[in-house]
Amino acid sequence: MSQASPDLFASSSNPSQAKHVYTVSEITQGIKLILESTFGEVWVEGEVSNFGSKDGHFYFTLKDNLAILPGVMFARANREIKFKIENGLKAICFGKISAYGPHGKYQIIVEKIEPKGIGSLQLALEQLKEKLEKEGLFRAEHKRPIPYLPSRIGVVTSLSGAAVKDILKVLDRRFSDIHIIINPAQVQGEGAKEEISGAIKDFNRFNEGLPYSQQIEVMIVGRGGGSMEDLWAFNEEVVARAIYNSKIPVISAVGHERDTTIADLVADLRAATPSVAAELVIPKKEDLRERLAGLFTDIKRSILDFIKLRTSELEATQKKIALLNPVVLIEQHKLRIADLARQIYIRATHFLKLRQLEFNTAIGKLSSLSPLNILGRGYSITFKIPQDSIIKDAKFIKIGDTIKTKLHKGEILSEVLNKSDQ
Amino acid sequence: MAEIKFEEALKKLEKIVEDLEKGDLSLDEALKKYQEGIEISRLCSQRLESAKKKIDILVKNKKGEFELKPLDEARIEE
Repeated sequence: MSQASPDLFASSSNPSQAKHVYTVSEITQGIKLILESTFGEVWVEGEVSNFGSKDGHFYFTLKDNLAILPGVMFARANREIKFKIENGLKAICFGKISAYGPHGKYQIIVEKIEPKGIGSLQLALEQLKEKLEKEGLFRAEHKRPIPYLPSRIGVVTSLSGAAVKDILKVLDRRFSDIHIIINPAQVQGEGAKEEISGAIKDFNRFNEGLPYSQQIEVMIVGRGGGSMEDLWAFNEEVVARAIYNSKIPVISAVGHERDTTIADLVADLRAATPSVAAELVIPKKEDLRERLAGLFTDIKRSILDFIKLRTSELEATQKKIALLNPVVLIEQHKLRIADLARQIYIRATHFLKLRQLEFNTAIGKLSSLSPLNILGRGYSITFKIPQDSIIKDAKFIKIGDTIKTKLHKGEILSEVLNKSDQ
Repeated sequence: MAEIKFEEALKKLEKIVEDLEKGDLSLDEALKKYQEGIEISRLCSQRLESAKKKIDILVKNKKGEFELKPLDEARIEE
């Protein structure tokens, strides 16, 4: 049972040798050696199917449309994989082709596996995002409001990174007198995800023992820029859950503008950078002073306006009352009467003047028509004596009669000496 | 200012201004609101100006309890 290399192609027709009969194990061992020496370690691409895991080891087959290749990935090798291997995954595997005697099959013992067409980290990220989104961790309704002017701010970051300096600088610039509490944590590498999630939980536990006025009101969790590997701790599930479960509102500040991690999606507010987080967490002191001063002025002005309004209303009412005062009314009436009296006097006087004028005019007219006026022009009136009747016709007089002649001034008594009847 | 949050205080002030400007309060009510407004303004101003700057590190002592240590003792590494 101890051939150096069994000649599998030995013809049984060689008469000098007895027929060699292999045991199952022998032939299997041979197959194994041939496979391993022919292929050694190879890269194989295929689709994962029949995936199962037992005791931490992965068992699956890689297939394409013509064949399948059983595969196994032991726990020691699969521990590092960040993404979840699922049936249907198109993957590229690196491993040793071998045979497994007890099952009578050949297989690939996989050392490394990568998703085809996408980075393994990228795939892991997408899988976790989908899972957490389904659970509702990213829902807007769950996000807590950020307090406007917190008196105590927590910061989870590395003491040796750029982020902490930026945050402290911006906070000092905007509002220099606040209480900042830093809970330091590794932000990349081994153990980072435990330190970050632990730090978040620490702050929550810290608050539990304190009265409301001394509690941390908001926390910033973040780090400076880096590659996807550097930021990876902020894509870990344990960090996401710590943020989600935090009773203290969390502002995430990871990397730069274009980096979005799962921490950013779960957080109550996302800041593009640590400096921006510091701006979001607290308003500028001068802005607040201005706003407060403005309100103070408004209050003073509006109470003064209010009083002015009421005062003028009061004065208007007082005036109205004053006008209704009986004494005033009497005075008013007196004035009115005096006025009327004056008017009556004026009109009466005027009326008299008019009548006087008319009268004088009439008198004038009358005067001009008066026969006595005619006398002034040289005419005279002759009266018969003693009848005193006016003589217009000479036939009514005889010679020798006495006549009276009224002149303009005076009278003449005469005897008629002669007459003519025409 | 522990009892009332700053933002709420500012909102209250704005409401007081609105009420006074509307003008349909009695003189008593208006004066009361004015007093309240002045008081809140004063407290807010105090809050802004009296805060003190403090930077601490959260640590656990030997008993496992939380303590705050001022930053200059723990020095930010350059």
